[in-house]
Amino acid sequence: MNIVVPVKLVPDLVEELTVDASGSALDTAWLRLIINEFDDHAIEQAILLKEQSGGQVVVVSPNAEGVEDMLFTASAKGADQLIKLNGDFEDGVNNHGLARALATLLRDLQPDLILTGVQAHNDLDGSLGPLLAQYLEMPYVGYVSGVTADSGKVVARKEYPGGLIAEMEVTLPAVLGIQAAEQPPRYVAISKVRQAMKTAAIDEQEAATLDPSGGPTVSRMYQPEATEQATMISGSEDEIAARIIDIFKESGVL
Amino acid sequence: MNQDILVVIEHLRGQVSDISYTMLAAGRELAQSTGGSVVAVLLGHNSQNLAGDLAADRVLYVDHPALADFTPEAYQKTLAGLIGENQPRAVLLGHTTIGMDVASGLSAQLGLPLVSSGRSFTADGKFISQICGGKIMAEGDLPGPTALVTMVPGGYKPEQGQSTQPPQLTEASAPALEGLRVALKQYIEPEVSDVDIAREQLLVAVGRGIQNQDNLSLAEELAEAMGGVVCASRPVVDQGWLPTSRLVGKSGKTVKPKVFLAMGISGAPEHVEAITGSDVIIAINTDPAAPIFNVAKYGTTADLFDLVPALTDQIRQAKSG
Ligand SMILES: Cc1cc2nc3c(=O)[nH]c(=O)nc-3n(C[C@H](O)[C@H](O)[C@H](O)COP(=O)(O)OP(=O)(O)OC[C@H]3O[C@@H](n4cnc5c(N)ncnc54)[C@H](O)[C@@H]3O)c2cc1C
Ligand SMILES: Nc1ncnc2c1ncn2[C@@H]1O[C@H](COP(=O)(O)O)[C@@H](O)[C@H]1O
Repeated sequence: MNIVVPVKLVPDLVEELTVDASGSALDTAWLRLIINEFDDHAIEQAILLKEQSGGQVVVVSPNAEGVEDMLFTASAKGADQLIKLNGDFEDGVNNHGLARALATLLRDLQPDLILTGVQAHNDLDGSLGPLLAQYLEMPYVGYVSGVTADSGKVVARKEYPGGLIAEMEVTLPAVLGIQAAEQPPRYVAISKVRQAMKTAAIDEQEAATLDPSGGPTVSRMYQPEATEQATMISGSEDEIAARIIDIFKESGVL
Repeated sequence: MNQDILVVIEHLRGQVSDISYTMLAAGRELAQSTGGSVVAVLLGHNSQNLAGDLAADRVLYVDHPALADFTPEAYQKTLAGLIGENQPRAVLLGHTTIGMDVASGLSAQLGLPLVSSGRSFTADGKFISQICGGKIMAEGDLPGPTALVTMVPGGYKPEQGQSTQPPQLTEASAPALEGLRVALKQYIEPEVSDVDIAREQLLVAVGRGIQNQDNLSLAEELAEAMGGVVCASRPVVDQGWLPTSRLVGKSGKTVKPKVFLAMGISGAPEHVEAITGSDVIIAINTDPAAPIFNVAKYGTTADLFDLVPALTDQIRQAKSG
């Protein structure tokens, strides 16, 4: 099975996020980018499928700071082909624009299966997977946590709230939005990534001019004002612990 | 085009989801600024009864065996037809496992603009979306001619979208639903477990801040010392450190304990929506800007690796002394 995994880097939420001078976009100067965690699961799911039923895994990502490291890490995990998409990925670029650009590229790769992360935390115009599916005229199922291949079809386990799963049979070629791989994403040692840097090649491709139509225009971006703010407890560890124990007692659990 | 707001009702196995009522309330607010009506769209099979308490001006109901359960393709085809015929000002869908499966596809298919993570609308009809794990809000004019919006919970109360007066119901016909490429095979029930975190009074919740499986013992010892139960955010469960039955949040369980002690949890919306029914939330998180502090009653930026052992010690001492 020929599996393509489009991957995107997103702001690391553990860092402080600030709005830029325009007041309508994130300040990218200090943003640290990391792989969208759902994409990490999509890569894992792709490699698991390849291990079970053969085929190859292609990882595609638009150029961004840190993209090479991410691609080489995917290679060290077992990805067969790495593609970096060059283009004008300034802020304001949305999933509609990217989906159109990626659809052109993906059509040539003739995938049986496209696995995307189910969503990214900075999306403002929907997620990429179902857009791609529409442009490529493929079916889509999202919130998938486990995929089994079955000649010309896959069975995707779709998650509903409360742990309920719906098994969906999907005719290939198809796009699936991965929420979690069947197994946690594997860990690769840095030495293996270094080795991949020497042996694997990144194929660079140019994206067509991006057409962002279909997404909204943001006029103002801000950090939410807390309507309710926690009463903060400070002091030494023991003092904080003592205060928390008082709260437990007041709440009747101790 | 008209000024109506279509609200796509989500239901799963005979039960209307809370987000549907939240969206009806949002739709009402938006309809006030556009001057249109709130039209609930209900797709199903023998599901008319689900319309009874929807706070809508009318309900458009489509009945077809292929719509008995949600599948993305059948829903998208049916909705595409309805949107085309009705040309409303906006269509609200859940930012959920149902709505998100069809919203982007509809946007691409119909060439209509899409706004995701919508949380509320302003009095003059602007959208406000909540992104980046609850750390950023984005506001803008509702794009036209018909805006598709996926909605997250939190901006309106589900009760605001419920009514005691059954709305007027009109039936619309389904498009041809043959040759579908996605079929529901079966549902798999959640695993049953020894503990039901939805019923526990004291929950010790761990998040990614716990770093690895070995460190979970810190939380387990604390829970044991106080007679509570350990539960977790999604990354912890996805890593396989705890079973799915311990997952709190959108894809897991909704909890309402007397005390919810969150350690190393950032407070992403998908987590927070399931804990707001707790009497008291106490958050331990080294990041003072973590959104969890916006829902917690008490918080501390102490490092969990220092604080939790101290807490366990003191409780043990108090109990033995
Ligand atoms: C469709 C969908 C459904 C989802 N369903 C759920 C769900 O059901 N439940 C759920 O939880 N999530 C769910 N998520 C994921 C959710 O978006 C977040 O990614 C997740 O809740 C984050 O988990 P976290 O807070 O543990 O991790 P992070 O966001 O990574 O936060 C870790 C926190 O730990 C803090 N920390 C680090 N070290 C320490 C330390 N030493 N001491 C104290 N604090 C420390 C950090 O400051 C940080 O705030 C869902 C997402 C999607 C898209
Ligand atoms: N620009 C992009 N290039 C490649 N893949 C992407 C891009 N944007 C989104 N994706 C994929 O789609 C997933 C969902 O992201 P999003 O569509 O932004 O919600 C990502 O995690 C990737 O798998």
